[in-house]
Amino acid sequence: MQGTIAGRQLLQPRWLGDAVKMLRDEGPLVPLAGCTDLYVALNFGTLRPTRFLNLWNLDALRGIETRGNALRIGAQTTYTEIMKSAAIHRRLPMLAAAAREIGGVQIQNRGTIGGNVANASPAGDTLPVLLAADAVVVLRSAAGTRRVPMTSFYTGYRQSVARLDELIVGFEIPPVRGRQWFRKVGTRAAQAIAKIVVAGVWDTARGEARPRLAMGSVAPTPLRLSQTERALGSGASLADAQQIVQREIAPIDDLRSTAEYRRRVAANLVGQFYSEARKR
Amino acid sequence: MKLTVNRKTVTVKAHPLTRLLDVLREECGLTGTKEGCGEGECGACTVLVDGEAVNSCLVPVAQVQGSRITTIEGLRGTHPLQRAFVEHGGAQCGICTPGMIMAATALGPRPSLDEIRTGLAGNLCRCTGYAAIYRSVLASRARSRARSKGKGQRAKAKV
Repeated sequence: MQGTIAGRQLLQPRWLGDAVKMLRDEGPLVPLAGCTDLYVALNFGTLRPTRFLNLWNLDALRGIETRGNALRIGAQTTYTEIMKSAAIHRRLPMLAAAAREIGGVQIQNRGTIGGNVANASPAGDTLPVLLAADAVVVLRSAAGTRRVPMTSFYTGYRQSVARLDELIVGFEIPPVRGRQWFRKVGTRAAQAIAKIVVAGVWDTARGEARPRLAMGSVAPTPLRLSQTERALGSGASLADAQQIVQREIAPIDDLRSTAEYRRRVAANLVGQFYSEARKR
Repeated sequence: MKLTVNRKTVTVKAHPLTRLLDVLREECGLTGTKEGCGEGECGACTVLVDGEAVNSCLVPVAQVQGSRITTIEGLRGTHPLQRAFVEHGGAQCGICTPGMIMAATALGPRPSLDEIRTGLAGNLCRCTGYAAIYRSVLASRARSRARSKGKGQRAKAKV
């Protein structure tokens, strides 16, 4: 390990109420969930000296349940738990598909959906799913709870509206109508970080097409592709929608891929979504 | 801090943010667990926490207090997977082997080839080309079956 833990401090709340008080009174603190991203940075010495808040033992943040109409997923639910959940397979199969392609078994056993969202990488695999599902992020602080639609959660590269004294405690997902669709493009099914990741829903409520589509690794934040959605929903040609998506995204060259590749693949994925998800 | 490692309770003095990997190797003297990449890509440091495979390079020790930890030493050299790796060339240079075997134990006693491929996808090997590893895990199934016939459910209970 190149990084050092000397001088770093770990606060260990036993209850959620204690955790949010610690964030208010003793911050700034970096919350630790499954550590599958954070410990990579710690091991490589690229993490700034900081103090941590251990969330792993807070059972209040775990679990999947249906409450009223909404599906509730605790922030500290692991990818393995998501893959095993009957409620997820029934109501949000595209999330199970995303969880299956994250890391390997070891990462899936430890990594959490709340960690994926808090980490705020534009390549996070569950983020397009939450965007396309119209999920709501539930934030808790000592002052109370607030709910932020996933579509307005991110404000810039690795930036979100969550304040330093707030914890992501879970996600609420309204019923999703229509066919769900997920694709991850990477060098390998396991372990690889996405070159492009995409989730979509083809909703045909009341006979009207209302496709929803979100993409990751193509801009500083994961994107809901509202212009492409409108084109597809209003009966524009697929070629037009494919032109629009290439303008709507803002990809860059990085160590995983190039902007040009990502534009071309984004257009191809819109075509695949159109031909596969639209089917009855 | 108290941990349960290979069914024994041990008290460790490590900083709560210390990687489980370092506690196992340096404080418990269990050097069977290897460090490969140190970033959760290669699986060489795989151990079981409450029966689930994890990368011990990414787990702060504070998060496994009260959990059951099993390392390669906990299989005592007699596990059907260990025998099968020896007999079928599943181990070559050996660095990935403890992690491979620990990840394979978490697959249960009768994994299909598909389940083995998926279950070991987080473990990298640069020697075998994987074929010998898959062969070893498949061969261990027959051995587990023979053993559990002879000795009740011991092979299953072992992990």
